[in-house]
Amino acid sequence: MKKLAIAALSVGIVALMIWGFYQAIYVAPDDAAQGVTFHILYYHVPHGMLCYLFFAINFVASVLVLAWRKSNPTRALAADAWALSGAEVGVVYCSVVLVTGPLWGRPVWGIWWTWDARLTSTLVLWLIYVSYLLVRKFASGTEMQTLAAVLAVFGAADIPINYLANRIWRTQHPAPVFGGDPDAGFKDPRMLHAFLWNILAWAVWGLAILSFRVYIQRRQQSIETAEATAALAAD
Amino acid sequence: MPNSPASPSWTSLVLAHLRKDLQIEWRSRDAINSMLFFALLVVVLFSMAFDPTRATSREIAGGVLCVATLFASVSALNQAWAREIRHQVLDALRMTQQSGGGGGAAMFLGKVLANFLFVAIVQLVLGPIFFIFYNLHPLGDTWQLALVIPLGTWALVSNGTFFAALSIRSRNREMLLPLILFPIFLPALLAMVLAVKTILTGDGSDPNLLWLKVLIGYDIIFTTICLLLFDTVIEAE
Repeated sequence: MKKLAIAALSVGIVALMIWGFYQAIYVAPDDAAQGVTFHILYYHVPHGMLCYLFFAINFVASVLVLAWRKSNPTRALAADAWALSGAEVGVVYCSVVLVTGPLWGRPVWGIWWTWDARLTSTLVLWLIYVSYLLVRKFASGTEMQTLAAVLAVFGAADIPINYLANRIWRTQHPAPVFGGDPDAGFKDPRMLHAFLWNILAWAVWGLAILSFRVYIQRRQQSIETAEATAALAAD
Repeated sequence: MPNSPASPSWTSLVLAHLRKDLQIEWRSRDAINSMLFFALLVVVLFSMAFDPTRATSREIAGGVLCVATLFASVSALNQAWAREIRHQVLDALRMTQQSGGGGGAAMFLGKVLANFLFVAIVQLVLGPIFFIFYNLHPLGDTWQLALVIPLGTWALVSNGTFFAALSIRSRNREMLLPLILFPIFLPALLAMVLAVKTILTGDGSDPNLLWLKVLIGYDIIFTTICLLLFDTVIEAE
């Protein structure tokens, strides 16, 4: 029954993603100035928004690790699984942003990359979370979990900089579409619909991957705990 | 009785840590000598690698100075906590806690102040050499350098001291420190380099001193996080 539910959910998510693809590529019209290239943004922007979501999950879980590490180690272990999974999925989404951005920039700006505030701070965000994942490889045990959680707090401090970068400075990166000027936004409702469908589809997809990752990590943790207990009993 | 030996005040705790670090450095001069020579090498290497003209050297000098300081201080910061591990000094230091807490933060601040002084001395010695090698003739407000460079150095040293303490328990700690410090320090490096470039070229591209403000904001935010989380890092086990 549980397997059936997971299978049905997976089919539903894939169907949602196909629907989002159909909306972005076939239904939404070409942009007046940018033409076909504009369709890349139906992937670029949702991934950018959602990588904040996953890094936020990482941040909240890391704060919980710090809060519970002494009082409730079992819960801290669970929070650590969420922190790790959030960072991993977030890095993947951030990578998608960094790949689709230049693909769009090359035809529209004529350059792949420029060092403006938005692009630079996104790259820094990506670098920080890659270093977070590296720290987890360099140490082990509960000590590593605490250290990684501390680093996650530093990483989270970069997120507001990244979010505000094209609001404070005049960047080459376009001004925000959502939550920016009142004049901003889509002139054609089909474009808005394609955006919203893709945000929904990729959010659900990312959360599903996140849950799988948490599940695997929890299994890994219980294996490690069992091994440690067995080793103690053998002594 | 805040100043009695039984419970020293927070400031005197900071000063005691600072005095200890300064005394060790005064006797060995390990950190300053190695940093100075290393930074000098980086300056010479860049000068040879790029062979800059007078105009381009104004453009790149800020970056070279910052990167030279960055590399040099990483080599010293790796040693800053590593030498406390011998003979369990670090464990002893952790016991210098106050009853109300904050002992870890005092220890951290003492270490940051000491390392800040070392890096500042290196920069003071290096600065004139730098001006000679790169034939610099700043065109902007030179007095601003006295603000920008210490602020950038503080950002580097406070984060660096924190992450050196964080990476001390890991395998391969010498490798780990730059890997986590550089990404976090990047925004401050960018602000510092652009501020120095504006001062040296005098191009007036930054009339509102935006990059200086970014540096101040960065210093406040990150030093606060470091102070708050230092206890957690030093007691992680």
